[in-house]
Amino acid sequence: MEKQKINPKWTDRLLIGGMILPIAVGALLKILLIPAAEGVEITGAHIFFTIPLPLGGLPITETQVNQWLVMISLYFVCRYLTRGLKKIPDLKRQHLAEWIVEQTEKLVKSNMGEYFADFAPFIGAVLGLSAFSSLLSLTGLFPPTSDLNVTAGWAILVFFLITYYKMKCGPIRYLKSFAEPVPFLAPLNVISEFATPVSMAFRHYGNILSGTVISVLLATALGGLSRLILGWLPGFLGEIPLFRIGLPAVFSVYFDIFSGCLQAFIFAMLTMLYVAGGFPVDEYLSKQKLKMQKASKKTSKKLIKNSEVI
Amino acid sequence: MELAIGIILGCCALGAGCAMIAGIGPGIGEGNAVAAACEAIGRQPESKGDVTSTMLMGCAVAETTGLYALVIAILLIFVAPRMLVNILLEAVGK
Repeated sequence: MEKQKINPKWTDRLLIGGMILPIAVGALLKILLIPAAEGVEITGAHIFFTIPLPLGGLPITETQVNQWLVMISLYFVCRYLTRGLKKIPDLKRQHLAEWIVEQTEKLVKSNMGEYFADFAPFIGAVLGLSAFSSLLSLTGLFPPTSDLNVTAGWAILVFFLITYYKMKCGPIRYLKSFAEPVPFLAPLNVISEFATPVSMAFRHYGNILSGTVISVLLATALGGLSRLILGWLPGFLGEIPLFRIGLPAVFSVYFDIFSGCLQAFIFAMLTMLYVAGGFPVDEYLSKQKLKMQKASKKTSKKLIKNSEVI
Repeated sequence: MELAIGIILGCCALGAGCAMIAGIGPGIGEGNAVAAACEAIGRQPESKGDVTSTMLMGCAVAETTGLYALVIAILLIFVAPRMLVNILLEAVGK
């Protein structure tokens, strides 16, 4: 009996460890492998090593490593939240998990309609991954979303989704949609089609990167200010950047926490709006109905024929 | 030689500054959006949640042009000078 009581606790601890360990590994990698910058510097992602491939090398950068660490961490968060589910929940984490799922489903249903209710897991995944990637900057690591490659990858995925749902009503209808409202506007329509993923990628990337850049500039400025004002103090007292303590954290609340979460929400929201907006649900459903009716008529005719033969 | 490199660096900085003039547009646009949202909340306080989320959404979309300018400014400050100076050095070296 005792073993059964102890076991779940240990699994919990293991899962919590699984959440924290990837972040610790990321911090360790950063300390060990990335040379410390002299003073305050703004650089891109550090390249750990390059895999030689026939078509140019594939650089493994901080972005990829941190993204995988976030994904592993998130996986353990999900496992932890959904462990030991019961019909009548007695744990707080089950309430939290149910709340998250309910809110996501409500959001998807209210923005995309009943037909797209299955999109909730995808939207939830986008929200979670994006928010946690941006919030990684709180631990001092390089946030993967401040690399254009990551957000561009997501935006391309969304672009394929949009195109798939536009094509679902038939390729002819899709091609026709470019000639609206007037045929000679077709080039502009094509451009706006490609502008969607570009603007989504740049929006997310630009917001997170601008937060990082402004934080660094602010830290430098505060360091200079404290040297200017407190530089007359004797010895090492004058070298301590006193204003840099605490003050940047206030701005970090906006630039890291609020901006990161808001961008995740906006990315998910735009995904929903674009996917649902490009797909005429009513037309598709009525077409399906017509097809079903035709098919049922055919089968019924066949049945009648068969019965006549018999 | 020094003069050429100086001109490159100076023009990159100047270009970055000029690019950020684009920040005016999103500023005015977002200000209008927030003003309208405040009005709407004042008229119908019960629809505060919907109005706020829609406003944030619209603000983010309006911000895009400003962010394009920001990306170009960042490229001009951090990427372009090194690249242009390298091109200049190569051209002189030949």
